[in-house]
Amino acid sequence: MTVGTLEGRAWLFGDHVDTDVIIPVRYCTTSNREELGPHAMSGLDPEFASKIAPGDFIVAGHNFGCGSSRENAPLALQGAGVGAVVAISFGRIFYRNAINVGLPFFESPEAVSCCGPGDLLQVRMEEGLLRNVTRGLALALAKYPPQVAEIIEAGGLEAYVRRRLTGRGS
Amino acid sequence: MGSTLAEKIMAAHAGVRRASPGDLLTCKVDKIMATDVTAPLSIEVFRRMGATRVADPKACILVNDHFVPAKDILSADLSKTMRAFAREQGIRAYFEVGRSGICHALLPEKGLVRPGEILVGADSHTCTAGALGCFATGVGSTELAAAWALGEMWFRVPETLRIEVTGTFAPHVTSKDLILYLLGELGVEGARYAAVEFGGEAVDAMPMHARLTLCNMAIEAGAKAGMIAADAVTLAYLAERGVAALDAPQPDEDASYSRVIRVDLGRLGLMVAEPHLPSQVRPAEAFRDVKVDQVFIGSCTNGFLEDLDAAAAILKGRHVASSVRLIVTPATQDIYLQAIQRGILETLVASGAAVTTPTCGACLGGHNGVLGRDEVALATTSRNFRGRMGDTSSRVYLGNPAVAAATAIMGRIARPEDLP
Repeated sequence: MTVGTLEGRAWLFGDHVDTDVIIPVRYCTTSNREELGPHAMSGLDPEFASKIAPGDFIVAGHNFGCGSSRENAPLALQGAGVGAVVAISFGRIFYRNAINVGLPFFESPEAVSCCGPGDLLQVRMEEGLLRNVTRGLALALAKYPPQVAEIIEAGGLEAYVRRRLTGRGS
Repeated sequence: MGSTLAEKIMAAHAGVRRASPGDLLTCKVDKIMATDVTAPLSIEVFRRMGATRVADPKACILVNDHFVPAKDILSADLSKTMRAFAREQGIRAYFEVGRSGICHALLPEKGLVRPGEILVGADSHTCTAGALGCFATGVGSTELAAAWALGEMWFRVPETLRIEVTGTFAPHVTSKDLILYLLGELGVEGARYAAVEFGGEAVDAMPMHARLTLCNMAIEAGAKAGMIAADAVTLAYLAERGVAALDAPQPDEDASYSRVIRVDLGRLGLMVAEPHLPSQVRPAEAFRDVKVDQVFIGSCTNGFLEDLDAAAAILKGRHVASSVRLIVTPATQDIYLQAIQRGILETLVASGAAVTTPTCGACLGGHNGVLGRDEVALATTSRNFRGRMGDTSSRVYLGNPAVAAATAIMGRIARPEDLP
């Protein structure tokens, strides 16, 4: 999640995309990414998972992922092949879940208004920029807080805890 | 400058003198709660982390509530996984079907959360427990697994928003109407990342179930926690559950709040939220033309004994409209039993209600009352997101138990005073 380049087409959504539409609870008897993937975003667009190409971006407005704590939400997006989510802001539990499961996500106040459906987007991690290749725009992305960066560096919370447990010989 | 309740609790758990909004702190967590839908993934991740033992089995609470009694084979396996983990790890606070209830109603009822504690739970409505003066917040399954393994978690100290409530409720108006009104004012992200501290003479006068309802829906404004400092009501509630008096933290008089909202209950009427956001709130009478197919009374928001009693008082001697299904789910086994003993369930069943065993079931479209295509429901629950209770085309309105009962009788959204 920290190195390299992310690139994909933009799929636009509005404000307050909640976890019930990201992954309806009837699919939550599994937490397997591949099983969840086909149902990602099905509350808003049942065809979403079949339409997107691997690596495509979700670009949304305020409060993306508000609602429940279900980790199935970021897992379903990963299972569908979503490469990153860019939103003005995120629901706080989704924000933490995305960090923990390694779903790339970026806060950008302008992205949703500077982007059309299908625009080619690119994030080069070391730049801290979101590039809209189609429109020739570059937008600054918010920096992660240090604790968050540390978990992302480690490759997600699972790897971070594994490292800590090994470190203290547990 | 003083500290808010959230700042005091976080500072104490991080071993620092003072916690200010924006600080990133690693806090010890006192209680770690998971349910049948979230624990199995936590268990899987816990093992992949290389962990073998939870840091403190006494801190762990496991509750069967979402898909129980098992709605299908996959759900049965989810509970089975959690049950085996409880045995393996020596977790005694494991709640089995028939002795359980919706976690957010169950934990306070069993005296498992206390003022000044930090509770993390793998369910977004974990904020409910803040009504007891603790810091309680929802997390995902991986985060929970880390808390099991390490006994601590990182937090960004939130800004605190203070809600100051005065006056007294009009008849049939409850803390559900108050929180719906506040959601209408704040919007669904008006308290994003923040702690919401409720106080004032009207909150002091509220019994515990009303406080739990209030804190329960703080998450619907995006909040990290809903909180009410412990007082005599809290201590009496805990004493009934065998929890000895303790020194509960209080916010300082000169604490700094990001925003203060004042509400006079004298001006508050019955409120209803329309699809598809809990913040789309208007006075109940605005929806008098909305016909419903189903009414649901229950959930961690309004499945308390007093909620069932309020509904029964209206349904006594009356009948559910022939076009409506009324489903009632007591929040916990103890509430269920008391509702039987007091004749509340007899009244509800006689009126034509289907009463289920305690579960989250209908609220999240899991089972026991899922909505079909284009169906409309009024529910006493917390969320009316698109497809929340069933088919994507179904529509959910949110209201209090008295409005729910009147709606069940009339077949359209109604207030108790609209009844013939």
